[in-house]
Amino acid sequence: MTVKYTKDHEWISVNGDIATVGITDYALHQLGDLVFVEVPEAGRTVSQGDETAVVESVKAASEVYTPVSGEVTEGNSGIADDPATVSGDPKGKGWFFKIKFSDSSEFDGLMNDAEYKAYVASLD
Amino acid sequence: MADMSQGRSNVPHGGSQAAANRTISGSKGLELAEPLIFEMGEAGRCGVDFADAKVSNDRLNGMRRKAAVGLPGLSEPQVVRHYTRLSQKNFGIDSGFYPLGSCTMKHNPRINERVARMKGLGDLHPLQPTSTAQGALELIDTLATWIKTLCNMPAVAMSPAAGAHGELCGIMSIKAALEARGEAATRTRFLVPESAHGTNPATAAACGFTVDSIPATERGRVDIAAFKAKLGPDVAGIMLTNPNTCGLFENDIIDIAAAIHEAGGYFYCDGANFNAIVGRVRPGDLGVDCMHLNLHKTFSTPHGGGGPGAGPVVLSAALAPFAPVPYVIHDADGFEMVEHKADSDAQPFGRLKGFHGQMGVFIRALAFMLSHGAEGLLQASTDAVLNANYLRAKLQDVMSVSFDGMCMHEVLFDDRFLKDTGVTTLDFAKAMIDEGFHPMTMYFPLVVHGALLMEPTESESKDTLDLFIKTLRGLTARAKAGEAQSFKDAPVLTPRRRLDETAAARKPVLRWTPEA
Repeated sequence: MTVKYTKDHEWISVNGDIATVGITDYALHQLGDLVFVEVPEAGRTVSQGDETAVVESVKAASEVYTPVSGEVTEGNSGIADDPATVSGDPKGKGWFFKIKFSDSSEFDGLMNDAEYKAYVASLD
Repeated sequence: MADMSQGRSNVPHGGSQAAANRTISGSKGLELAEPLIFEMGEAGRCGVDFADAKVSNDRLNGMRRKAAVGLPGLSEPQVVRHYTRLSQKNFGIDSGFYPLGSCTMKHNPRINERVARMKGLGDLHPLQPTSTAQGALELIDTLATWIKTLCNMPAVAMSPAAGAHGELCGIMSIKAALEARGEAATRTRFLVPESAHGTNPATAAACGFTVDSIPATERGRVDIAAFKAKLGPDVAGIMLTNPNTCGLFENDIIDIAAAIHEAGGYFYCDGANFNAIVGRVRPGDLGVDCMHLNLHKTFSTPHGGGGPGAGPVVLSAALAPFAPVPYVIHDADGFEMVEHKADSDAQPFGRLKGFHGQMGVFIRALAFMLSHGAEGLLQASTDAVLNANYLRAKLQDVMSVSFDGMCMHEVLFDDRFLKDTGVTTLDFAKAMIDEGFHPMTMYFPLVVHGALLMEPTESESKDTLDLFIKTLRGLTARAKAGEAQSFKDAPVLTPRRRLDETAAARKPVLRWTPEA
């Protein structure tokens, strides 16, 4: 299972033709305690870079952009009910949505683990 | 559950203590449960005996209302009690300690109110001839002189209505100065420290500038090396708050001013925190080009809940010609108001506000200045700094102070002391409400995690501060003893329990509708 990252601090992990998307530790640290999460409905078609989920913390509101195009197969209702779930486990239970992606070449422009770490280091 | 649908549940959220507090009426002691006025009374009941209206020929062309108006049906005592009870649910500086950081919630001396209500001032009309309002113009001029003297600046624009409006005035003055120099098209970038009030970058952006963020050092001040590295021929200026929003004095401010001037830019200082330095530091001596003063904060006029405020902007010699109209001038014949650009000897950038500024606030601010005198103002700002440092010194061993060393008028803590307790800054603030204290500013500034920013001001006695300190130490001990749930449940002693603030912002119920 490959995990890739965007400059907007989303992670995307691929399993077959379904990818799971969430936000990174770095994003979470920047946002602080989350108070609100809105996830997409299954069946929604999105293009790479579209605003697909919404996250709001005690200090900021932000959008989650989909790293790839495709059709949303599931939004994580667990985090919408309890946004704190994301804070506890951003890469596990805190995933945002699953997407059946349509163009695997879109992954080429994303960062791998080492590249993302270097990118985050360059921001501080 | 009609109440729930309006987001105003009055039902205790479980817990044995909550059950013990439950009463048949929903009231607690003499604190009465208060529905909306539309939920009270009975349609058709009327507190006044009206004669039946004899409507013969209305002139509404058939547009006459057919459905009921839906006014609440109440007697006069019911209405009086309703609004009296609502007023009693308000918490303000007159009811208790209100340590809201960067907001300077100080006591509003009653002499201010007495002066503002004097007939000659209270009954003024902004359209009456200036020959009949010479005293009012003199008052504005006297206040302007006090402000210029306290700031050691040659000019002041009195009309801005509040802090952010003052920022707009300052940045528009800078823009006008750049236009006069023929550099408006090339100088398009404003430098703003990351700890700035959100209005700073918003104002620069609203005036068409791009915003470039300056990082802070580990000491919570502007990183002067990073700042200097960002200077260039496209820089219009810097917006800096001093003391900054971490409650710290920017020690390098004179170097910063010199560097921005050398680079051809202007220095906007955000004066929201002027209460820390009144009478001790004059912004003009620091190289400031313009700075707004929040008269409603520093000079004690009632604020919060939307104003009114007043945000006069002091201007350096370089920016003074561009100050907006109107302004007061005087000669041997008396005082006059310059209302139009065409009547000005200078190059005003325009007009920011109808009429002449917030007269009621001017009166109160001047009353505060005159009743304190110069020495009294210095004493007040000194006491404000002392009080903040007293809180810091008495709390720093149990709470986590964000930056070492003395603070100015406000002290910043972060949430490291709550680590692993399960209690957040928000929970901690809610627990303070049960203890009878208005929470401090939370989650601002953004440069530290889970910020708690406290500004006691000079108004508070040592007794109040000691009770506050004892309370916060007790709450901290409770959090560390594993009593997180009691924080999650807070507040429990208020008319309403923990409100869903996110839902209120996301899905606000702005209109009452009757139950179907």
